[in-house]
Amino acid sequence: MTILDFNKLSLRDINKTLQGSDKNSFFSIRNPKGSHALAVGINKQITVKVVGSVGYYCAGMNKFSDIKVEGSAGPGLGENMMSGNIHVTGDVSQYAGASGHGGSILVEGNASSRCGISMKGVDIIVKGNVGHMSAFMAQKGNLVIFGNAGHALGDSIYEANIYVAGEVASLGADCIEKKMTKKHLSKLENILSNANVSDYNLDTFRRFGSARSLYNFNVDNAKIY
Amino acid sequence: MKRKSITEPRTSHTFDAYTNSEIRRAAETGIYDIRGGGSKRNLPNFDDLLFLGASISRYPLEGYRESCNTKVILGDRFSSNPLNLEIPITVAGMSFGALSAQAKEALGRGASLVGTSTTTGDGGMTKEERGHSKQLVYQLLPSRYGMNPDDLRKADAIEIVVGQGAKPGGGGMLLGQKINDRVAEMRTLPKGIDQRSPCRHPDWTGPDDMEIKILELREITGWKVPIFVKIAGSRPYYDVALAAKSGADVVVVDGMQGGTAATQEVFIENVGMPTLACVRPAVRALQELGLHRKVQLIISGGIRNGADVAKALALGADAVSIGSAALIALGDNDPRYQKDYEKLGTTAGSFDDWHEGLDPAGITTQDKKLAKRLDPKLGGRRLANYLNVMTMEAQTIARACGKNDLRNLEPEDLCALTVEAAAMAGVPLAGTNWIPGT
Repeated sequence: MTILDFNKLSLRDINKTLQGSDKNSFFSIRNPKGSHALAVGINKQITVKVVGSVGYYCAGMNKFSDIKVEGSAGPGLGENMMSGNIHVTGDVSQYAGASGHGGSILVEGNASSRCGISMKGVDIIVKGNVGHMSAFMAQKGNLVIFGNAGHALGDSIYEANIYVAGEVASLGADCIEKKMTKKHLSKLENILSNANVSDYNLDTFRRFGSARSLYNFNVDNAKIY
Repeated sequence: MKRKSITEPRTSHTFDAYTNSEIRRAAETGIYDIRGGGSKRNLPNFDDLLFLGASISRYPLEGYRESCNTKVILGDRFSSNPLNLEIPITVAGMSFGALSAQAKEALGRGASLVGTSTTTGDGGMTKEERGHSKQLVYQLLPSRYGMNPDDLRKADAIEIVVGQGAKPGGGGMLLGQKINDRVAEMRTLPKGIDQRSPCRHPDWTGPDDMEIKILELREITGWKVPIFVKIAGSRPYYDVALAAKSGADVVVVDGMQGGTAATQEVFIENVGMPTLACVRPAVRALQELGLHRKVQLIISGGIRNGADVAKALALGADAVSIGSAALIALGDNDPRYQKDYEKLGTTAGSFDDWHEGLDPAGITTQDKKLAKRLDPKLGGRRLANYLNVMTMEAQTIARACGKNDLRNLEPEDLCALTVEAAAMAGVPLAGTNWIPGT
């Protein structure tokens, strides 16, 4: 394990080291002090443990890597990630997993508004609550919420799935509750299992997705927008 | 018999034939009109400016003997590998999806032949485009359709698109009929559905956030490639200042004559500012920050010829960008397809239903048969010819003004034909020393 300490190294030094490291390397980052854009653009199977909280865009646009933040994360955690895993032990701010194409994000605390906005294939699991407008225009992937969801959940959603165990304040335009089939239960179980989440009761989850009524413009729907 | 005086039919300026037809169309269809292109209104524009040329107080340079530099470097503020362009005319972002793969390839070929850059668009980077573009700018758009870090690292520059001159504050729509399998796959959405391009980025809002977003992009690309920020010409003084303060290497300002793949006619014609009115406030913002020429300014929106290029540069821009004009060079609205345009209820020169995918010229379409009408090699050659002509025209004017570099042109080389243009461009009304508003 290599220790990278913000008290001794700059953000550029640390990111350059991570991006240029060999496959299967293991790093521990100390004293992150809420730094932005930490551990971004990684293109290899490496493991990074961040001891402390991070700022904006931690683990953005990564492929293959496993990033664990022992603390909380600022806005845009894992934005546009392609694959790999992110695990945050605390809370995360707005736009977690925005436009993520693949991989998974596990948040042990709460996620703020617009969690999973424009997601394109990523799986996001939030053990706490999520804020308003989560999964806005979500295209593909799964957002799993153990707690409650804020207003306008899944507004203008496309083909992504949302699973909620708690209460939903309100659904957004074109988002509806859908039948939880065996296939979807199995899919949910796989998502949780892949993220090493074990303390759950599948029966408590409800499924939400697109009614697909806004997929092609129809003037009679104008009042919905 | 005494003749009766007859009153001529009274036509209304308020309710003219076009207005009436739009009212009837709205009443019949129940939906606003969507179209491509930019503003078609008779706006104040670069035609309202004239160059003064040299005489006794300034002497000209010889047209075919003395050199006039056209090269420009874009993005050397923070990036280690700025763009080195042979000419100050770039090709603007236009998406694969809105355009055929052949058209994107032709744009890349044409730009590369003359040593300038071309730009991706919503929907990501195609291999045809990357393969045929020596210098390719990769757009980061609100939709993030097709966005991936591998392509980001293949780019020669990154352009964060905040806005577009045709629709400041507006998103876009690619209608379902243009969403074939390839376009759908690149955008991670089902085939055949309308694809909304949002008006805001999903993971940041104001300038403070954008500064951090720029930091992230630089960290991902190792501070190698320039970061452009493209804004719509609506509040150019403030927005250019904020973009520069946020750390942009290059700011692109797109006036309302700038085209779009598709948006509402009412939006195109009623939101934003004419390109002419955007240049001086943008330049002033950079000058006041001490960043003029350090953060390069690209002006776009209705640039058509070398005179427009020279005028934009004289007002303080470092380069211009063309979109609609590049499509016309490829063959858009070409009279040879007049019969096909008539079948679509329009004429060559007026066709703007780019969103419907029925373009007879094979440019704004995903229809395989139509797209085959455009030969990318020939299209590229035509674009290169056009870019060369524009450059030579701009050089002709610059030499006549005594300038050995296009960027040595200055506002003092210009006068305005109208009070409006004088006020917008900050140059004297012709024959006077009056600059309205100063």
